[in-house]
Amino acid sequence: MLHIINKSPYDRPALDSALQTGEGGILFTEDGVYAIAKGGAAEAKIKAAQGKFKFYALGADIDARGLSDRVMEGISVVDYGGFVDLVAEYKTNQSWL
Amino acid sequence: MKFAILINEGPYTHQASDTAFHFAKAVLARGHEIFRVFFYHDGVNNATRLTTPPQDDRNIVDRWSKLATGSELDMVVCVAAAQRRGIVDDGEMKRNGKDATNLAPGFRISGLGQLVEAGIQADRIVVFGD
Repeated sequence: MLHIINKSPYDRPALDSALQTGEGGILFTEDGVYAIAKGGAAEAKIKAAQGKFKFYALGADIDARGLSDRVMEGISVVDYGGFVDLVAEYKTNQSWL
Repeated sequence: MKFAILINEGPYTHQASDTAFHFAKAVLARGHEIFRVFFYHDGVNNATRLTTPPQDDRNIVDRWSKLATGSELDMVVCVAAAQRRGIVDDGEMKRNGKDATNLAPGFRISGLGQLVEAGIQADRIVVFGD
């Protein structure tokens, strides 16, 4: 399953909920992209889960928040076309609203 | 592949309507089909033609209207959510004794069955909201 997270990890526990499902893909959009900042509170969680989950983040939202220079290793940055490809690639998706 | 899009958030609130719009355009650019865009809850506020954002800001409602007419998108507004929030077409105006309509071009008001049908007919449904 592709998990779509659009809220900051400092605001909502959506990332924790998604990680509890065990495996899959996690796409960060909108304020969700704060999770992929180097040195952020979510960094350790993401690193620990990289064997089980693939992580993606929307480039336009990273740029809009000034995080382009702080993207963690192991995060695939995608554009909106890449977002569409991910939804097509994963059989199911869940927006954690 | 057939996509359906559900939008639960109004315009100029956070970012969901913007993300949904860019996603919809990318779906079409990739050569996929959009079976339906369904506006629910506060998402119905994307369908009022009376919005007047500042000239240097994006016009979210017009943007959806233009995408719908240019790509023959089926954009459906939930009737119960629309009634609560004052989104009105000719039929609703007459039925509820109102004196005006405000539904923007390219949108139509219908029931929740349209969302269920989109979930069945589309290969993927993606939810945008708050």
